[in-house]
Amino acid sequence: MQNEKIKIILNYLSNYRQHIPGVFFILVALFIKLVLTKSIEPEALTTFSTNINHTAIQIPNWVFNTRFALDLIAGLCAGLGLYQIIRGFKKGISSIIGAIGGLVVLGFLVWGASGTSISFTGMLAVMVIRSVPITIGALAGILSERAGIVNIAIEGMMIAGAFAGAVIGSILGLWAGILAAILIGALLGLVHAVLSIKYKVDQIISGTMINIFSTGLTSYLFIKFLQDSQNQWLNESGFFKPYAIPLLSKIPVIGPIFFDHNLFIYAMYFLVILLSIALFKTKWGLRHRSVGEHPKAADTLGVNVFRTRYLACVLSGMVAGFGGAYFSLGSVGRFEQTMTAGRGFIALAAMIFGNWNPLGALQAGMLFGFAESLTTKLSLLQFPIPAEVLLMLPYIITMVVLAGVVGRSRGPAADGIPYEKESL
Amino acid sequence: MKNKKNSDDKRNFISIFYEELSNSSLTIIILSIISGFIMGGILVILTSPEVYKAFGTSFLSGISTSWKIVANTYSSLFLGALGDPAKIGAAIQSGDSALIQKAFTPFLESLVVTTPYLFTGVAVALGFRAGLFNIGAEGQVLVGAIAAGWAGWTFTGLSPWIHVPLAMLVGALAGGLWGFVPGFLKVRTGAHEVITTIMMNYVAYYLIYYLISSPLRDPNEVTPKTPWILDSAHLYRFFPEPIRFHLGFFIAIAVAILVWFILFKTTWGFEIRSVGLNPNASKYAGMNITLVTVAAMALSGAIAGMAGASEILGVTWRQSQALASGYGFDSIALALLAQNHPLGVILTALLFGLLRSGSRVMQLRAGTPIYIINILQSFIILFIAAPAIIRTIYRLKKQSVKEVSTSTISFSAKK
Repeated sequence: MQNEKIKIILNYLSNYRQHIPGVFFILVALFIKLVLTKSIEPEALTTFSTNINHTAIQIPNWVFNTRFALDLIAGLCAGLGLYQIIRGFKKGISSIIGAIGGLVVLGFLVWGASGTSISFTGMLAVMVIRSVPITIGALAGILSERAGIVNIAIEGMMIAGAFAGAVIGSILGLWAGILAAILIGALLGLVHAVLSIKYKVDQIISGTMINIFSTGLTSYLFIKFLQDSQNQWLNESGFFKPYAIPLLSKIPVIGPIFFDHNLFIYAMYFLVILLSIALFKTKWGLRHRSVGEHPKAADTLGVNVFRTRYLACVLSGMVAGFGGAYFSLGSVGRFEQTMTAGRGFIALAAMIFGNWNPLGALQAGMLFGFAESLTTKLSLLQFPIPAEVLLMLPYIITMVVLAGVVGRSRGPAADGIPYEKESL
Repeated sequence: MKNKKNSDDKRNFISIFYEELSNSSLTIIILSIISGFIMGGILVILTSPEVYKAFGTSFLSGISTSWKIVANTYSSLFLGALGDPAKIGAAIQSGDSALIQKAFTPFLESLVVTTPYLFTGVAVALGFRAGLFNIGAEGQVLVGAIAAGWAGWTFTGLSPWIHVPLAMLVGALAGGLWGFVPGFLKVRTGAHEVITTIMMNYVAYYLIYYLISSPLRDPNEVTPKTPWILDSAHLYRFFPEPIRFHLGFFIAIAVAILVWFILFKTTWGFEIRSVGLNPNASKYAGMNITLVTVAAMALSGAIAGMAGASEILGVTWRQSQALASGYGFDSIALALLAQNHPLGVILTALLFGLLRSGSRVMQLRAGTPIYIINILQSFIILFIAAPAIIRTIYRLKKQSVKEVSTSTISFSAKK
C-alpha cells in the first residue's frame, strides 16, 4: 500500500515534461498576483469600450474593477497550472500554452488600462486584419509541406505577389491585380518545384534563393521605376473596401471583429474551411498527405508522387501570392519596399504552431496578429512595460511550443526529403 | 606517321584536360559566377527603356545601346569596388602618399565591407558542415554588436591590448549564446534550427530595439543611440581619418584559417564534418552527435557575433537603431558559393564585399539600383545548387563522380 503510493508519487515527479509547463503557469499566476496587482488601487476601474462603428447593435462598454479582473486572471492561470501538474493536458497543451500567453497579455492590458479605457473591439478587429497574411502564408506552407516539400520561399512569393498586385492592379484594376499576384506566386512555386523535385536541390536552399531573388527583383524594379514621380500611376492601385456582411456584422462585438472587413479576410476564412475539408475529408487530400508521409507507399499504390508534389508547390505558390496581394491591395493600396517585413517567416512559425493544420494555422495567425495589434495600442497607451518586450512574446512562445517542452508538434514524415523512384 | 602520333597525343591531352575541367567543381563555380553576371546584365537590359527605344530605330543601335548600358553598369561597379586604375597609376607615379591613399580608398572601403562577410560566411559555412542551417547569423551579428559595444563603453581605464580582445570576446559570447539556444533546442527536442534561428532573429531585433531605446541609450542624444565606445576599445585603423580599414579584417582572416584548421586538421573537426554528412553513421561510430551539434551551432553563433563586434569596434563605434544589416542573409549565398570551405569563404567574401561596396557607386553613376546585387546572388546560388543547369547550358560532360552538394537534412531528435 505504502509502496504503491510512493510509486505513484515518483511517477509524477519523474514525468518532468508534464510538470515544467505546470510550474511555469503557476509562476505566471504568481507574477500577476504579486507584481501586477500591487501597484493598483483597490477601487481602480478598467474600461474596455466595445463599440467601434454604427453597423453593429450598440451595447454598453465593459467597466470592471481592475484588481478583481487581475485576480481572476491569476486564478485561471494557477488553475490551469495545477491541472497540468496533477492530470496534464495531453494533446491540447499547445492551445493551453497559447491561452496562458493570451491571459498574460490580457492581464497586462487590464493593468495598463487601469483608470482609462481601451477600444477592445477595435483591437481585436485589427488582430483579425493583421492575421491575414500570416494565416494565408501558413496555409501556403501547409499545402506544400503536407506533400513533403519544405517551402521557406513564402516570404519571397508574398513580396512578389504584393508587387505584381500593386502594379497590375494600378493598370488593369484590382481584380486583375489579384490574378497577377496569384499567377506570379504560381510561377515561383513552379520554380521551387522544378529545383527541388527535378534537380533535387536542397529545398531550403532553393527556397532561400527564391527569397533573395524576389526581394531583390521587387526592390530593383521599385527603385528603377516606381520611385519616379512620373510613374506614380503605376503604383496607385487602391485597395478593396470593407464590406459588412449583412446580418452577421450586426452582432454586437463579434460582428465588427469578424464580419466587417474586406475581401482578403473573408478569403482567409474560406481558404481555411476549404483546405480543412480538402485535406482531411477528400480522396485528393488523402493522396496529398500520403505523399508527404510515405511517398514510397503512395507510389506503390499508384499515386503519382512527382505530379502531386509539383501540384502542391504550384498551389502553395498561388496561395502565397494571393496572401502577398493583401499587403498592397488589401491594406495600403500601393507597393512599398520590403513591405512583407518577414511575415512569410512568421507564417512558417504559425504553420508549425498550428501543427500543419489549417484551423491551427488560423489560431496561430490570430495570436501573431494580436501581438501586432497590441503594439499599435500600447504605443498610444503610454504603457509602462516596453512594447518591444511584449513583442518578443509570440516568438518566444513559438520557440517554447516548437521545443516541445510540451509534447512536440510533428510535421509530415517525408518533409524535405527528395523522392527518388527506384529504377528496376 | 610521327605527325599523326603527335596529334593523337595532343587530342588526348586536350580531351583529358577537358574532362578534368568538366569534372572540376571550380569550373562550375566560375561558370556560375559568370552566368550570374550574364543574367544580371540581361535583366538590366530588359528594364532599360532606352534599349526599347533604340531597338525601335534599328536592330544594330539596339544592340549597341544594350551593350553600352551593361558595360556602364558593370564598369561603375568595378570602379566603385576597386578604384579607378588610371587614378591609382597616376598617384603611384606622383609618389604622394596622401594621393595614393585617396586612390586606394574605394578598395580599402571594400575590404571594410568584406570584414563582416568573412565572419558571417565562415559562421554559416561551419554550420553547414555540421549539417546545420544557421539563418540566425543576422540576429547573432546584432547581439554580438550590442554586447561588444557595451563592453566597449562600460569598462574604463583598460589598455587597448586588454580592452579590444575583451570586447570582441563579449561579442562572441553573446553571439555564441544566440547560436547555442537553437542548437540546444535541436538536440534536446528536435525543434528545427531554421525556425528557431529565425525566431531568435526577431527576439534579437526587439531586444536590441528595446536596449537602445531605454537602458543603453545615450541620454544626451535626441534619437535613440548608444554612447560612443571608448578610445581604448577601438580596433586599430591603419590609415588616417576617412579610411576606415581596420584590424578586424585580419582577425577575420585569422578566424577563417583557424576554422579551416579545426575542420580539416583536428579530430573534433572531423567529427563535425562526419555528423554533417551522416549523423546516423557518426552516432554508431561512437561520436557524441549531441555535443558536436550544440558546439558547432554555438561556435557558429560566436563567429557571427564577432562580425557584429568588429563592426562596432572598428567602423561605427556606436549602435543606432538602423539595425538590419543584411549580412546574415547574404552570408548564406556566400557560404554556398564557397562550398562551405572556410578558405573559399575568404574569396567569396571578398567578391561579395566588392559587389556590395561597388554597388553604391554603380547606383550613383549608372543609375542601376543596388538590388541588382541580390539578383546576381540569387542566380549564383541557383547555379551552384543545381550544377546540372550549368552542365546543360555549357554542354559540360556529366560528372562520373557523384557531387557532394550542401544539404540541410540533418539529424534531428525526432527520429
